[in-house]
Amino acid sequence: MTETTDTAPGRAAGGKTRATGRPARPGRTPTGPRRRSWRDAPLRRATPWLFLALPLALLITFTYVPVANMVFYGFTDWDGISPDRNFTGLDNYVQIFTRPELFRVFLVSGYYLAASFLQIAVALYFATVLSFDLRFRNLFKGILFFPYLINGVAIGFVFLYFFQDGGTLDSVLAWLGVTTDHPWLGDPASANTSLAGVSVWRYTGLNFVLFLGAIQSVPGELYEAAQLDGASRWQQFRHIIAPGIKPVLSLSVILAISGSLSVFEIPYIMTGGATGTSTFVIQTVKLAFQFNKTGLASAAAVVLLAVILLITWIQRRLVPDDKVDLT
Amino acid sequence: MTSDPAAAPPARRRRPPVGTALTYLSLVAASVVVLLPLAVVFLTSLKTSEEVADGGALSLPGNWLNFENYATAFTDGGMPAAFGNTAFILFFSIGGTVLIGSMTAYAIDRFDFRAKRPVMALFLVATLVPGVTTQVATFQVVNSFGLVDTRWAPILLYMGTDIVSVYVFLQFIRSIPTSLDEAARLDGANAFTIYRKIIFPLLKPAIATVVIIKGITTYNDFYIPFLYLHSEDLGTVSTALFRFKGPFGAHWEAISAGAILVIVPTLVVFLLLQRWIYNGFAQGATK
Repeated sequence: MTETTDTAPGRAAGGKTRATGRPARPGRTPTGPRRRSWRDAPLRRATPWLFLALPLALLITFTYVPVANMVFYGFTDWDGISPDRNFTGLDNYVQIFTRPELFRVFLVSGYYLAASFLQIAVALYFATVLSFDLRFRNLFKGILFFPYLINGVAIGFVFLYFFQDGGTLDSVLAWLGVTTDHPWLGDPASANTSLAGVSVWRYTGLNFVLFLGAIQSVPGELYEAAQLDGASRWQQFRHIIAPGIKPVLSLSVILAISGSLSVFEIPYIMTGGATGTSTFVIQTVKLAFQFNKTGLASAAAVVLLAVILLITWIQRRLVPDDKVDLT
Repeated sequence: MTSDPAAAPPARRRRPPVGTALTYLSLVAASVVVLLPLAVVFLTSLKTSEEVADGGALSLPGNWLNFENYATAFTDGGMPAAFGNTAFILFFSIGGTVLIGSMTAYAIDRFDFRAKRPVMALFLVATLVPGVTTQVATFQVVNSFGLVDTRWAPILLYMGTDIVSVYVFLQFIRSIPTSLDEAARLDGANAFTIYRKIIFPLLKPAIATVVIIKGITTYNDFYIPFLYLHSEDLGTVSTALFRFKGPFGAHWEAISAGAILVIVPTLVVFLLLQRWIYNGFAQGATK
């Protein structure tokens, strides 16, 4: 499917020819010559709005109203229940950036960010490898992608068992001759590394399929020509594959950054945010729904939203007009 | 020119790179990493609690047909109700998403109206707002409608905040020639008839994509049911499984059975619809 950005010219021109013709009842004009007047009718002009009414209502109610409210709550000390709230200015924001226990969740994102770059590298490797004609190619593709489809809670339990004392990981290590009684989820550094590893396990498949699609959309003749010219594997990767996947790669980096800032499921299900594994979203959810600090939580959410918008904006700046199109 | 005969391709099929053995080794290693944690949980789900307590994680179950844990997970874990709730939510949110997405795409692509650009911008900007961040305030909106702890809260949220499907439809609708609309209009069809009789049926491939992506992400979603459905009997598959953590505590055989119960439908769908799923997610993620 290719992207056609402009609408059909005939339609665009037709829409502009108003002002002549008399108002006719739409849907009742059976013949050609009166078609133009059909376009002028008020109902005709209202038609797109009839189609858009419900979608727009939902969009505004569940996206824009919350964002606006959130910005407003961020300046108050509201607890989410009581009718009265006091305007506290920037106090919530000052707290977020000065109270170390509120700010340190940003550091946890670092683990996930590092992990997502590992994830992109692994996905890129396997996408390159599987773009060649290998035996069992579809089987490997399916295996690598499947984790992405699995329910997050199920993944959480699978890996709780994996990391637990005497669980899968310990047993495999023992089988390999390494005995360890290291509690994998026991201290912050090890726990965060383990959880970030789970996130790599879960999400590599998506990156892999995106990269594979991009690589395969490069016409095969290019490789053949390059091979005839004596280009090495690395040169083929560098000059044919890499430019072909640049848009998807930049998209993946953005998803990696915004994703690592908004990690929630895996750590919440596996550790509940204990032993220093709390992330920004876990903390916000706890502030809002456990400690009834809606004001503070809103301010935190505004900060996260601003950071993500900023990153997206930077990406649009750096890689302008990259049309990502795979199908 | 290379002298290697393998490098001169006789057909369009490309040969694998030099270190073929290493390539396969890496693929097999990756497969083990993916499958081993799942396989161990599957084995655990077939063990008795004594076997789990005494044997190692990699030991095999004594009786391969021991489905007792599945019965426990199914009945004590409230899985039938959870699957029912999930099906209910899936049905309405997928139906709604398809309807809303296709209507939006139709209105934006097939009509010229003054506010077209602002409307498109409204949808575009909304893709940038990550849902997880705004839930603090969304919760208050849903609460003001009195919908918290009803299945309509997740349904409305899944329907109303899915902009990806609008893009999938928008892209597809552009490939449907407008001459079809025009011809139908000459025959006296109004905009609603054109949408219902011409555009909607032709959108089938896009609908399939949206149904698959939406279906799998909704089935897997934990965050929204966790925030909005507190009652025990309103749990979805995700939240019902999450509740295993308490009562089943260290009963890994029951928890494993629950996890496998949740994974199996996904596996079946994946095996049946592989090609659609790859394309669907690739399309969905790049929008």
